[in-house]
Amino acid sequence: MTVLRTPGGYSLRFRPRALAVGAGCALLAAGLGVLAIAGGDYPMTPADVLRTLLGGGTPAERFIIHELRLPRLVTALLVGAALALAGAVFQSLVRNPLGSPDMLGLTQGASTGALVVVVLGGGSLALSGAAVASGLATGVLVYLLTWRNGVHGYRLILVGIGITAILTGVNGYLLTRAPLMDAARAVLWLTGSLDGRGWSEALPLLIVLGVLGPLVLLGCGPALRMLEMGDDTAAALGVPVRRLRMALLAAAVLLVSFAAAAAGPVSFVALTAPHLARRLTRSPGPNLLPTMCVGATLLVAADLVAQRAFTGHQLPAGVITGAIGGAYLVWLLAMQRRAGRL
Amino acid sequence: MQAGTSRLRGTGMTLAYDRRTVAEDLTVAVPDHSFTVVIGPNACGKSTVLRALSRMLRPTSGSVLLDGADIHRRPARQVARTLGLLPQSSIAPDGITVAELVARGRYPHQGLLRQWSREDERVVEESMTATGVADLADRVVDELSGGQRQRVWIAMALAQQTPLLLLDEPTTYLDIAHQIEILDLCARLHEEQGRTLVAVLHDLNHAARYATHLIAMRDGRVVAAGPPGEVVTAELVAEVFGLSCRVIEDPESGTPLVVPAARRPAARPAPEPA
Repeated sequence: MTVLRTPGGYSLRFRPRALAVGAGCALLAAGLGVLAIAGGDYPMTPADVLRTLLGGGTPAERFIIHELRLPRLVTALLVGAALALAGAVFQSLVRNPLGSPDMLGLTQGASTGALVVVVLGGGSLALSGAAVASGLATGVLVYLLTWRNGVHGYRLILVGIGITAILTGVNGYLLTRAPLMDAARAVLWLTGSLDGRGWSEALPLLIVLGVLGPLVLLGCGPALRMLEMGDDTAAALGVPVRRLRMALLAAAVLLVSFAAAAAGPVSFVALTAPHLARRLTRSPGPNLLPTMCVGATLLVAADLVAQRAFTGHQLPAGVITGAIGGAYLVWLLAMQRRAGRL
Repeated sequence: MQAGTSRLRGTGMTLAYDRRTVAEDLTVAVPDHSFTVVIGPNACGKSTVLRALSRMLRPTSGSVLLDGADIHRRPARQVARTLGLLPQSSIAPDGITVAELVARGRYPHQGLLRQWSREDERVVEESMTATGVADLADRVVDELSGGQRQRVWIAMALAQQTPLLLLDEPTTYLDIAHQIEILDLCARLHEEQGRTLVAVLHDLNHAARYATHLIAMRDGRVVAAGPPGEVVTAELVAEVFGLSCRVIEDPESGTPLVVPAARRPAARPAPEPA
């Protein structure tokens, strides 16, 4: 811990290692981002990319970067950061390393809305709107079913598993009802993809993350650390436990719903990023800012791999995050079993 | 009730979990600067009373007053600077060190722009010294023994710097030597720092030795309250715990000592002739 103090009695405390991890991830994400922008059907050199981003470049380059490739990169950064933040919040709230929007029915909920639009035949705007709306509705439903003098960890997970099972069934039914072409498009959406994402996908998420990010980080972050020690201990330290849980749950549901609307239900980022951040920063508790940086970097990296791994054939980014995340989860479980904790 | 002032009191409280009522029309007062101990048989409501006094449980009727104001109407942070609680079980976050955990006790005194003042640093060091865990400052809490861990949690509660501190069964799960060590520590905090302590204890003899004020409960009612020398009698123990006993003077401390009556040997049936 390092402390900065000013004469006026103000003081700031931070872990240099956490800042280093955040800065390192940000640099890495920027580097990967330049690479991602440089590649594609119209290849450019990283120098071209930087010159264009700074205002230079030919009109063609400007169009390709500003209208096609930059929004995709920004969407990847935002979705990664939003999912990671939501995941860290969920894991802290349920005090369980497996707590994640994937396992609480939220991603399935968002998918249901999107699938309904696919079956009824709607545009991409309607699809995003429906994903947000049904994600939020699922959040409210889980919340109401879990509510009993507050929202507690195990009930939340169990209710989430139940809702997930129901919605998976509903989603399967909807897929079988969709015409073949639409079903193919729906499956692509369900995998989570950043292909063809423009500013209209990035902007809503930018606004949501811009508002909720600082609120959660600065407004709830310290209290969330206290909550780790148990509700009673946190309450004894002056944390308004019930209100905090409600606010954080609402924030996480919003983040996940808007992230899903922008890129589909990209799997495992929310689960993996907080664990990775904890290992990298080597500090206990939710490390919200490093976690967001790790999440953003993860998704940019996954999207880069998805675009380049197989020449001539793009994969949805969700395939890569799913593969990496799944492997990571198995490894985590194996490690925990060895440590005798699970 | 004892004469004198009480910053913390519950009046006419009905305490219930969901639909199960634990106590009705219960009134308790914690004398200022006392070491108050609540005793009673299992399920008599003693922990529930502590939860109510520490605002963890809101009475369905009646109220808990802290400095004359309803404890539930006051801002949580403000109450947390006056009243501390050591719950029965707390979770030490994975990999946290002793100094980091104790530092969390400063939370109600901190803010966005006042994250770690010199005062915070000083109080955390003092709290660790007072509880004898200063040498463990950089150790990971998970690796400590039960007695050490309990002292660390007490240090965290001390770092909160509250004039009132409530402890819910602070000696449970500890062996006898660590129980005495924790109670000696509490007595010292009470005497040297003038804090008002309220503890729930299981062991009647520990309560009689360390408390300056005893509250004996049964079935959600206060049966007796006062100094241990007046409260702990053979009649009261029979009434509260249903235990027949003798009360003698503790040769070490001069406080009442409860000696349970010996079991009468059962009448043996005469051996059958072979």
